Amino acid sequence: MSEQVGKSLWHADAAEVFIADEPRTDWHDETLWFVRSKRDKASMQVPEWEELRELASGIKDHSLSNLDNYLKEFEEKATANGITVHWAIDAAEHNEIILGILNRHGFNKMVKSKSMLTEECHLNAFLEENGIDVVDTDLGERIVQFRQETPSHIVLPAIHLKKQDVSDTFHEHLGTEKGNNDPQYLTEAARGHLRGKFISSPLAITGVNFAIAETGGFVVCTNEGNADMGAHAASVHIACMGVEKIIPKAKDLAVFLRLLARSATGQPITTYSSHFHKPRKGQEMHVVIVDNGRSRQLGRPDFRNSLKCIRCAACFNTCPVYRRSGGHSYHTAVAGPIGSILNPNLDMKANADLPFASTLCGSCSNVCPVKIDIHQQLWKWRQVLAEEGYVAPSKKVAMKGMAFLLSNPRLYRIAGRIGRSMMRAFPGLMNNRKMNPWYKQREMPEAPAQSFRDWFKENKT
Amino acid sequence: MSSRERILSAITANKPGLLAAPALNLSVLPDRTDMVARYVRALELIAGKAVVVSSFDAVMEDVRATRAAGHYVVNTIAALGPLSDEVTTDTHADTLEPIYKAFLSAEFGVVENGAVWMTESQMQNRLVPFICQHLVICIRATDLVPNMHEAYDRIREMEGYGLFLAGPSKTADIEQSLVIGAHGARSLVVYVVE
Repeated sequence: MSEQVGKSLWHADAAEVFIADEPRTDWHDETLWFVRSKRDKASMQVPEWEELRELASGIKDHSLSNLDNYLKEFEEKATANGITVHWAIDAAEHNEIILGILNRHGFNKMVKSKSMLTEECHLNAFLEENGIDVVDTDLGERIVQFRQETPSHIVLPAIHLKKQDVSDTFHEHLGTEKGNNDPQYLTEAARGHLRGKFISSPLAITGVNFAIAETGGFVVCTNEGNADMGAHAASVHIACMGVEKIIPKAKDLAVFLRLLARSATGQPITTYSSHFHKPRKGQEMHVVIVDNGRSRQLGRPDFRNSLKCIRCAACFNTCPVYRRSGGHSYHTAVAGPIGSILNPNLDMKANADLPFASTLCGSCSNVCPVKIDIHQQLWKWRQVLAEEGYVAPSKKVAMKGMAFLLSNPRLYRIAGRIGRSMMRAFPGLMNNRKMNPWYKQREMPEAPAQSFRDWFKENKT
Repeated sequence: MSSRERILSAITANKPGLLAAPALNLSVLPDRTDMVARYVRALELIAGKAVVVSSFDAVMEDVRATRAAGHYVVNTIAALGPLSDEVTTDTHADTLEPIYKAFLSAEFGVVENGAVWMTESQMQNRLVPFICQHLVICIRATDLVPNMHEAYDRIREMEGYGLFLAGPSKTADIEQSLVIGAHGARSLVVYVVE
């Protein structure tokens, strides 16, 4: 994919940089597999697990098929609850709405808990350009923010880092003891630092895990308590949500809250599942509903059910490619298998490499709590991208050549014979990393003396 | 056309035909055996501690001892003695930050995950269960539901703010090492009053 134009680093190239450090790659791989194993254990303790997945999938299918009406219902109820509802067609409008609220109050600082939507909209960079001091309050997000990086995982934002990296970063930014790598000590330092930010921040942004049409409220799930610390301390709370976060009824939450944390980290539920319905006395509460391409994805029958995603990241943790290439190789806010089917909708050209960053093994679809056919969609995106001309010309030529060869038995046999003698006569040619990228992480097999066809002809009785 | 209209009309044009909502029926019946013991175990698994007591006396003793040690205690449970009237819905975070231990009551507990459900009126201020260093919650042993479905069936009033709280604040963002006490309470004790 490296021949594609207009992109500095495609997934395969970025992954190559990541895997250059072999022990770290192994650690990353094993750590995420451990999280996947915890998910397995948690799910197996719930006998009705598969029924819950079926229900969750059905509720989301239903919600998407009635999304316009549910959004209107949510807006009406939320407004009646005293929440101001805003609509943003794209990332730019979302960012402007938030800046507008900050400016109207004359605020120049704010805290923000985890919201992949604001990452998708590049909100931090936009606000910083406009003189706003933005503090990410999730521990992992604060770490990557100090390092001027982006989250590499939607649930575990700093999973690409080791504790000595965090220690160095905190030593530089928080003045912690150099070389003290104790996670307890480092977390305590962040706790002290962020308490001050929570208490002094006039405005807090949170994401939204679920928005309830029936009641006009929204639910935010965290383990650290940072979303609540920010939202309850601030005089203005803004919650940002994609249009697809709507569910019809409060009772549907039972299904999703039973699935979400078990799928994400193997916990039976997140520590805090906060149900916001009205601003507290004296507080101002806003919800920004964002489209940013989601209505377009809704119109693609092959890809619309990617909008059912509840952002648990189970597909990341199980993915053999994600585990061994790291989140930053995906160069988008949402990495992993689900990101690879969402991002081509946002920008087909810039994200044309992502559906190819997969072995199509299907493990992602098997663990998905809302039963998105992720691997099928990866495969379908490859076809769309090829049709739209976003696949490297070399790949296209190679595929055409291969199709021609495989449909001509005589030609295939001749090519096989040539290939085998070439491998024997000039092994250096095949074992050359520049000429044969396949050899990079692999040994070439010994060339057999004869083809299977010849062997079969000789040996059949 | 406003963004609202543009978004809604694009969704109307692009959405699939209406699919029916599934009925929320499960073939597996909830386990109602040993609810108290199973709740205690569930809370232990998420780093909380449940203490089964026969009356509020033990909790009152906790309040008294914590106060006697010179710590700032917030109590919102009438059965435990004097209430902390100074905490109201709009008390500023500055005033709440020094809370050492808060005593709150919850409506019910959930056996499958160790969570308790509480609303704004039980917290007096939404920040209290988060900003206190240590959190103590009282529920009645009869107020336990087996799973989240029955939990939502039981909620009558969401109020302006409602919370499922399951254990103390935690994080594993540094190399997946579990650390208790990220931003919220460093410990959680749930007294289950029989």
